Amino acid sequence: MSSENKQERGVHRRTFLKGAALGLAAAALPAADADASLWDAFFQKHFKEMNEAEIRKVLERLEREYEEKYKKRITVSNEKPLPGVLYGYGLDLSRCIGCRRCVYACVDENNQSKDPQIHWITVLRFKKGEKWVDLEESEKYYNPAEVPEKEYFYMPVQCQQCENPPCVRVCPTKATWKDPDGIVVIDYNWCIGCRYCMAACPYGARRFNWAEPNRKPEELNPNTHYLGNRPRYKGVVEKCTFCVQRVRKEPGRYPACVEACPVGARKFGNLLDPDSEIRYLIEHKRVFRLKEDLNTYPKFYYFFAYGV
Amino acid sequence: MKSLIQNFFIAARQVFVGNTAYYLWIAFLSIFILLGLSTYIEQLDRGLITTAMRDQVSWGFFISNFTFLVGVAAAAVLLVIPAYLYNFKPIKEIVLFGELLAITAITMCILFIMVDMGQPMRVWHILPVLGSMNFPSSLLAWDVVALNGYLAINMVIAFYVLYRLSIGKEYKMSVIGPLIILSIPWAVSIHTVTAFLYNGLSARPFWNASILAPRFLASAFCSGPAIMIVLFQIIRKRSEVEIDDRAIFKIAELIAYAMGVNLFLLGAEAFKEFYSGSIHSYPMQYLYFGLHGKHALVPWMWFASVLNISAFFLFLFPRTRENFTTLNMGCIFVIIGVYIEKGMGLIVPGFIPDTLGEIYEYTPTTPEIITAMGIWAAGALLYTVLLKFAIPIYTGKLRFATKEQ
Repeated sequence: MSSENKQERGVHRRTFLKGAALGLAAAALPAADADASLWDAFFQKHFKEMNEAEIRKVLERLEREYEEKYKKRITVSNEKPLPGVLYGYGLDLSRCIGCRRCVYACVDENNQSKDPQIHWITVLRFKKGEKWVDLEESEKYYNPAEVPEKEYFYMPVQCQQCENPPCVRVCPTKATWKDPDGIVVIDYNWCIGCRYCMAACPYGARRFNWAEPNRKPEELNPNTHYLGNRPRYKGVVEKCTFCVQRVRKEPGRYPACVEACPVGARKFGNLLDPDSEIRYLIEHKRVFRLKEDLNTYPKFYYFFAYGV
Repeated sequence: MKSLIQNFFIAARQVFVGNTAYYLWIAFLSIFILLGLSTYIEQLDRGLITTAMRDQVSWGFFISNFTFLVGVAAAAVLLVIPAYLYNFKPIKEIVLFGELLAITAITMCILFIMVDMGQPMRVWHILPVLGSMNFPSSLLAWDVVALNGYLAINMVIAFYVLYRLSIGKEYKMSVIGPLIILSIPWAVSIHTVTAFLYNGLSARPFWNASILAPRFLASAFCSGPAIMIVLFQIIRKRSEVEIDDRAIFKIAELIAYAMGVNLFLLGAEAFKEFYSGSIHSYPMQYLYFGLHGKHALVPWMWFASVLNISAFFLFLFPRTRENFTTLNMGCIFVIIGVYIEKGMGLIVPGFIPDTLGEIYEYTPTTPEIITAMGIWAAGALLYTVLLKFAIPIYTGKLRFATKEQ
C-alpha cells in the first residue's frame, strides 16, 4: 500500500514538474505557431549585421506572422534613410491649443496599443504666469470640457530625436540607434526589455509594453516600417520615429501629428535644406530646445511665432 | 582529472544527506521557490504588468534588490583585505565562507536582472561575439563584465581552496595569490560600475551626483559583512567549524568605520541638496519629507536612518560590539537599514518626480514581492548547498587519497 502510494506520488511529482517546465518554456517563447518561424525569430541577427537578402527574409516572416495573428495583410517595409536629409521638427507654443488631436492621430498611424494605453506624445498643461520650464508644475491628465483654457498654455512633448541621444549610449545590446537621417529607431526584435534607455531619456519619450499590446485588427494601419509602426511585442520599448514609414517612403510627406494639428503649430522638414520651413523658423523665430543644459542636442525646436 | 570529477561527486553527495532540520529547511525554501516560480510564470505570460512598475517608474523592487545584493557581494573582499594584506589569522581561516556568499549574492543579482527583463529569452543579445554587446558605451555592458568576472574569480578561489583541502594539502599562494589580490580592486569595481550605471544618467538628478559611487561602497562594506557575522554564528553553531570570536569582532569594527563613512557621505549629500534647494533636491525631498502630498517612502527612510545611526554606535563601542546580543542587534539594524537605503530608497526616487515632472508613487505588487522572495529563497538554498558541500572538506571529515601517498 505504502509503496504503491509512493509510486503514485512520484509520478504526480514528475508530471507536475514536466508541466511546470513546459509552461515555463511556452510562456517564455514568442507566440508563433510554426516551429520554423519560432526558431527563425529566436536566432534573428542584429538588424545592422544582416545583408539585404536576410532582411528581406525577416520582413517576409514578419508579414506572415502578422497575417496569421491579425487575419489581415500588413506590409513591413525597410526604406533606408534618404541621402542629404536630416529631419527637424518645430513646435509653435503660441499656437498649440492642447486639443491632443496629434496624440490620437499618432496612435492611429503608429499602431499604439489601446489596452494598455500607449501614447507617444504627451501634452503638458501649465498655468500662465507660473514657473514652467523645469516641467515640475506641469499637468498631464488635464481634462476640461473645452480647450484652449484661458488661464493655461500647453506644451506637447515626444521623442526629441537628439543628435546626442543618451538612450542610444546606454542600450546594452545596440537595439536602438540613430540613423543618418537623424531618426532614433528601435529594433523591436533585438530589444531585451531592460528599460535602461527609459531611465536615460530626459524627455520621458520612451514607452514600454508592460503587457501584450492590444489593437483591433480593423484599426491597424497596414502600411508599416520595420523600425517604426509595425505591431510590437510585449516586453519591448517603443517611441516616436517622426513617422519613419511615411517620411522615408514619400519624401515631403508630413508625420501624422503635423497633418492632424488643427492650428498649424507643428512644423517638419529637412534641416540640411536651407529653403525648408524648419530652417526658416529656426533662423527667424526665437527657438529653444528642451533641457538644453543636458547637451543632448534635440532636433525638436520649440518656438513662439507670435506673442499672446 | 578523472579522480577529481569522481571526488567532486562524492563530495556533492553530502548535499543530499542531512538531519530532519536540514530537510525541513530545504522544504521550507522550496515552497518559496515554487511560489516565486509560479508568480514569475504568470509574469512571463502576462508581461511585467503584473508588477507595479510603469513608464514613469520603470525600475522598481527587482532592481532595488539587485542593487542591495551587489553590495552584499562585497562581504568576501572585506574579509580578504585583513586576512591577506595584514595576515590576520582568525579571519584568514574563514575567507572561504565569504567567497561562497559572494558567489551566492552575484547569482541572485543575475536572477533579479533576469526577472526584470521584458524579453528574457533574448538575454544572449547582451553577450559579446554571440550578441552585440554595447561595450564600452553602455554601463550595463560593463556591469555584465564586472559581475561575471567577480563571480568567476570567487568561484575559482573557493573551489581551488576546497580542492587542496580535500587532498589534505595547504593551498599554494603562488597559484591563487594573484587572484586574491585581483579580487580586491575587482570588488571595488563591481560597486563602482553598478553605481556608475545610475550615476551616468543626466536625466535623473538624484543619481547624477558624484557622491553616489562612494556611498555605494561605504554602504556595501556595512551590509555584506553584517550578513557575514550572522552567518558565521549560524555556521559555527550548526557545524563543527570553529570561528574565532576575534574574527567576528574585527569584522564588526570594520563595519563601524564603514558606517561612519556612509553616514558622513549621506550628510554631505543632504546638506548640498537641502541647503542649495534647487529643483534637483526634489527627489531627496520626496524621500525624506514627501512632495506634493505624496510620501510613500518617508517612514521607511526615517526608519532606515534610525537603524543605521543606532548600528553605528553599537559597532563603535567595543563593549557593545563584543557582546553578542548587541552585536546581533547591530547586524540586523545594518541589514535592514541598508536594504531600505540602498534598495528602494536609491532606485525609486531616481524616477520621482519623473522627467516630465509627474509623481507616480510606486509600491510593489504582491506577485512582484513573491517573485523576489522566491529569488531570496533560491539564494538561501544555494548558500546552504554550497556550505553542505564545503564544510565536510573544510573540517577534514572528507579527505581523498592522492596518487603520491
